[in-house]
Amino acid sequence: MFRMIKILAVALFGQSAFADTVVNVGYLHVEVPRAPTLSNLDPIPENNGLAGAQTGLKDNQTTGKFLGQTYTLKQASVPEGDDPLTTAKDMLAASPFLILDAPADVLLAIADLPEAQEAILFNASSGAVALRDDACRANLLHSLPSDAMRTDALAQTLVQKRWSDLVMIAGTHPADLAYATAMRQSLTKFGLKLSGEKTWDADADMRRSAAQEIPLFTQDFGDYDAMIIVDELHDFGRYVLYNTWQARPLVGSEGLSALTWAPVIEQWGAAQLQSRFEEQHGRDMTPTDYAAWAAMRTLGEAVTRTKASDPTSLRHYILSDEFELAGFKGRALTYRDWNGQLRQPIAIAHPRALVAQAPLEGFLHQTNELDSLGLDRPESKCEAFQ
Amino acid sequence: MKSLLKITVASGALMLASSMAWSGEIWVTNEKDDTVSVIDTDSLEVIKTYETGERPRGITFSKDYSRVYICASDSDAVQVMDPNTGEILHDLPSGEDPEQFVLHPDDTHLYIANEDDAITTVVNTQTRKVVAQIDVGVEPEGMAVSPDGKIAITTSETTNMAHWIDTSTQELFANTLVDSRPRHAEFAKDGTEMWVSSEIGGTLTVFDTISQSEKAKISFEVQGVHPDRVQPVGFEFSSGDTHAFVALGPSNHIAVVNAETYEVEDYILVGRRVWHMAFNADKTRLFTTNGVSGDVTVIDVAARKALKSIKVGRFPWGAAFRP
Repeated sequence: MFRMIKILAVALFGQSAFADTVVNVGYLHVEVPRAPTLSNLDPIPENNGLAGAQTGLKDNQTTGKFLGQTYTLKQASVPEGDDPLTTAKDMLAASPFLILDAPADVLLAIADLPEAQEAILFNASSGAVALRDDACRANLLHSLPSDAMRTDALAQTLVQKRWSDLVMIAGTHPADLAYATAMRQSLTKFGLKLSGEKTWDADADMRRSAAQEIPLFTQDFGDYDAMIIVDELHDFGRYVLYNTWQARPLVGSEGLSALTWAPVIEQWGAAQLQSRFEEQHGRDMTPTDYAAWAAMRTLGEAVTRTKASDPTSLRHYILSDEFELAGFKGRALTYRDWNGQLRQPIAIAHPRALVAQAPLEGFLHQTNELDSLGLDRPESKCEAFQ
Repeated sequence: MKSLLKITVASGALMLASSMAWSGEIWVTNEKDDTVSVIDTDSLEVIKTYETGERPRGITFSKDYSRVYICASDSDAVQVMDPNTGEILHDLPSGEDPEQFVLHPDDTHLYIANEDDAITTVVNTQTRKVVAQIDVGVEPEGMAVSPDGKIAITTSETTNMAHWIDTSTQELFANTLVDSRPRHAEFAKDGTEMWVSSEIGGTLTVFDTISQSEKAKISFEVQGVHPDRVQPVGFEFSSGDTHAFVALGPSNHIAVVNAETYEVEDYILVGRRVWHMAFNADKTRLFTTNGVSGDVTVIDVAARKALKSIKVGRFPWGAAFRP
């Protein structure tokens, strides 16, 4: 009888049975100086990341209007030299939900603020493995894949293609060093051999153009199956293509890349997200945009399903088995409950087409194949989530 | 001996007669070829291929089968074709990016999901005018209409809802949440139940139509396939609505669900990334579109076995039967 009354009540009041819920989300961008690159062919969009959050907001709002749920997005940008913590505190006073586009050390400083202890923070910008390892924070979730997830994805591809003898050229920017470290670990994890390694040092004596320098620079690698380019800023890598001494495929930051998101992803309904994004912002969706979109949609999905808007309930739901996000990658995206990382397939693509999607077939895992990418439960030293 | 021979001849003649009586065609839209392939349900061969607008997906016939409606998604139009000649007669205004639609039992109104616009468009096929546009969730796709014509359903893929439309007012009267990425909807059992498939959620939700409350949820398990790859999309009901045949996408299987107990009875291996399907006239054979392998699998419904694969165009998507 009681149950019947409940059903009746829902039927009678329909949409208004849900109390109006307002979910305010903040987007904080911390500006960092950008190192100069040899070419300006690929400028980073000014609204990189924020645009993704805005598309996610629109998706949430459309869904929310049927359930009496409203979403807002406030954004702030911290200029170089200003203190990001002041802005973060202001934003946390207004909302416990923050999407962050900031370097790893700033992410940690924000996560450690007393004001942030009950908050849900999303890292949409840093692939730093440490943030998912011993430096993890219970209030910091990661919608962007870790560097290790991307390098594991690439290593799986190398294994599948039987390109097992590798050489590597790495830049010297901190992002390059981090990627190279992750890459070396992935090669070991998947039993691949790194038989040569060189550093691309911009201070080197470059009397000729980079293009003329490359054949000589790569001559003493001898023979190998594929060359890994580590150039996360896209400084020199583009000049290595078709200029190497040996005719071998290039992978890594150039050539065949492991990517969070790319304009060439059309399958799994991705074409819809791409065109929605393009229509709203007039440009392609970047990996940072995707991570910010996924963060926004994570909140939306959790609010829709739980009808709650407090961070404690939402965090509990997001990290539970119940949560799943349709992220246009062909399978449900979920969060690792040991370090807050969003599990997701990684695209293996070149600029013109998607080549494969990791995890690749044959890379098995006892619970979830997606956990063959990045830090698995036994590997992660994160304790904050226990 | 003579009488035995007579019986053989008679049954042979009977078989011939019955197969002639039931002959028909399955029309398949080829998403990446901008064509439709027409399959003869007896010979199981492609007998004709017609050109369509860009990215054809949803396909349905008028009641008398004198017209075929095709969603040409990237041409932003619903095309009306003469199925006897393959000639495109005219386009209907459809709103942007029409993906799927359903023809109202009045044979006049088309309910069209506009995937890019979060809108359901209602078009009068006679006056060729838009009657109404209804705001729905993000990426509407699945479309259904109740047998009495009173309720139309749109499912939205990113909002994860079934939107219930009162066709007398063209307004929403209920919105019910389902699992992630709902793709297809059908009314069953004289309209008393409404079923929705959720691709990423991996489930089918059965609603009681009168209360719009959830009556059952069906999950799938294909041996040797990771649960994430078991993605229900299109489905159709067998004769008498006793069983639902459910396309499970990249798991390359069709599930056979008992519509009374809501239990899965069988899995049938078909081509790669199975999308949608259509029965022949007496529902003894089922034709499934397999997007990635570019073919159509013919299933013997009684034996629950695949009989044959028929090569069609690139990325076959929708399927519809005409006698």
